[in-house]
Amino acid sequence: MKILVCISNVPDTTTKIKFAEGNTLIDTTGIQWVINPWDELSLTRALELKDDAASGIKSVTVLHVGTATSEPTIRKALAIGADDAIRVNAESSDSWFVAFQIAEVVKKEQFDIIMCGIESSDYNGSVVGGMISEFLGIPSVSAVSGIRIENGQPVMTREIDGGKEVVTVPVPFVAIVQKGIAKEPRIAAMRGIMMARSKPVKLVEPVAVEPLTEIVVFEKPTPRAACKYIDADNPAQLIDLLQNEAKVI
Amino acid sequence: MSILVYTENWDGKFKKLSFELVSYATGIAEMLNTTVTAVSIGKVDENELRKLGNFGANKIISINNDQLIALDSQSYTSVISEITQKEGAEVIIISNNNTGKALAPRLSVRLKAGIGSGVSRLPLNLNPFTVYKKVFSGNGYAHVVLKSDVKIITLAQNSFDLVETLNNTVIENVELTIDGSSLKTAVKDVQKQTGKILLTDAEIVVSGGRGMKSPDNWGPIEELAGLLGAATACSRPVSDEGWRPIGEHTGQTGKVIAPNLYIAVGISGAIQHLAGISGSKCIVAINTDKDAPIFEAADYGIVGDAFKVLPKLIEAVKEMKS
Ligand SMILES: Cc1cc2nc3c(=O)[nH]c(=O)nc-3n(C[C@H](O)[C@H](O)[C@H](O)COP(=O)(O)OP(=O)(O)OC[C@H]3O[C@@H](n4cnc5c(N)ncnc54)[C@H](O)[C@@H]3O)c2cc1C
Ligand SMILES: Nc1ncnc2c1ncn2[C@@H]1O[C@H](COP(=O)(O)O)[C@@H](O)[C@H]1O
Repeated sequence: MKILVCISNVPDTTTKIKFAEGNTLIDTTGIQWVINPWDELSLTRALELKDDAASGIKSVTVLHVGTATSEPTIRKALAIGADDAIRVNAESSDSWFVAFQIAEVVKKEQFDIIMCGIESSDYNGSVVGGMISEFLGIPSVSAVSGIRIENGQPVMTREIDGGKEVVTVPVPFVAIVQKGIAKEPRIAAMRGIMMARSKPVKLVEPVAVEPLTEIVVFEKPTPRAACKYIDADNPAQLIDLLQNEAKVI
Repeated sequence: MSILVYTENWDGKFKKLSFELVSYATGIAEMLNTTVTAVSIGKVDENELRKLGNFGANKIISINNDQLIALDSQSYTSVISEITQKEGAEVIIISNNNTGKALAPRLSVRLKAGIGSGVSRLPLNLNPFTVYKKVFSGNGYAHVVLKSDVKIITLAQNSFDLVETLNNTVIENVELTIDGSSLKTAVKDVQKQTGKILLTDAEIVVSGGRGMKSPDNWGPIEELAGLLGAATACSRPVSDEGWRPIGEHTGQTGKVIAPNLYIAVGISGAIQHLAGISGSKCIVAINTDKDAPIFEAADYGIVGDAFKVLPKLIEAVKEMKS
């Protein structure tokens, strides 16, 4: 079986985001770009499965839709251990466009398990994985917090209200992963970094498709009012404020 | 023409988010001068269904089918998209929770409908149809134009107040037969806790961080939560360490919640933690370090030792209740 891990390229989660050009663009100066945290965990789990010979996982490919500026992120995924990479050479204009491109690649390349993160930490879309599965007409399982292979069949744990379910669907399918999928992201070792240089990155030209959405302007969140301090010896005053000022209890 | 709302219930009772979704849909329906149709899948009795009418639903389509007990994203998508087409719905409203995230993108492709996800306000503009959504995990907001004929909005939980609007409601029970071979999801095992307050539904949340020092120290957090009718939550390291169940972890990589009151005890307030809780209406922080970043996000703060403050706080709540 072959796994495809879809990765998006996002500002490091500690970055203070600033907007430019009348708040129509992200100010990219000084931004550190990283693999979207979910995708890093997906990749880690995919590689763990491949390490176990009994799983029958033969290869782990990473795919990214983006311009040449995201090459370092792709190289990092290869250094962590992906076998090869595919980059669809296009500006990722909206989720519809991105998912369409990924589905086109999957139609040609055949993967059994397609892994996506629950959301990209930039635009917080939470839609690309589900869209890919519908473009391909294949099952999707979302809120996946665990995946293992049992007798050649992928078995997933997914989060439901107040609990968990263990589910299977026939391959090929899209697994949309969240917390729990892997404990800590795997880190690239020196050897991996050296090897990544010679691993193949296949370039694919995009298929023309019109995006359905467009961001017209950004806003900064309105700052909160300053914190009101209450004396540590008198928490009863807090209860009074919560009851009579904030009116939340 | 109408606005379609996908509601959710838990053990036959609508989740609070369903009433929020209907209130929100009613708001859009007023802007567009149209009606609201709510869809309910599952075993929900008529009394409960009628409650949707209190928030403005004109029509309720109730589907009670044993084949649809577990979430199978493809068959649910077929059911909802057929209703959308039959009702001629122009806008679909779904929660931005796990279920919504499973269904909205599939519906988007099926109906060629642009999505605005994690939306927290009524549309800013109808022409072009512009929604307001969170980006960068709460470090920004974006105005997004949806250019398609049908539009899908996933509403951020707890971002829209309930609005009572009494409407004459008709209930339509729809019988469906689903071809068994189209159901692809096989459920092997279910572990469900019942009777507990769902974290994402809770109005009040009491949350503990690494400052609580050990899993054995959660007694006061649970006692306070119990007294306030609150759910309990925690920071990521706490669940990573296995001190608390992973379902309690809030933040960028955990649950995103927006209760009326979030009480953070022994939590430093890292940007990734704040990403999951900054939508809370009121934030209280209890921390020994006066410079902890949580105080920048908090409305009320107590600089002090949780092990001394919590018992006093618990006493004060008991006093308030008596
Ligand atoms: C990609 C990425 C994603 C992440 N996602 C998340 C996420 O979703 N959620 C999340 O929570 N974290 C997340 N983190 C981790 C985050 O960066 C912080 O490390 C984490 O939130 C810290 O948890 P904490 O506040 O419990 O612990 P600490 O930062 O160790 O803070 C403990 C606090 O307790 C206080 N304290 C100590 N003793 C007492 C006492 N007796 N009484 C009162 N206060 C006391 C201390 O002053 C301190 O402020 C993420 C990190 C990364 C890199
Ligand atoms: N440009 C992209 N290239 C490849 N995969 C992507 C891209 N954008 C999003 N994804 C995948 O889709 C998931 C959800 O992203 P989103 O729907 O944008 O929040 C991510 O975790 C990735 O797995």
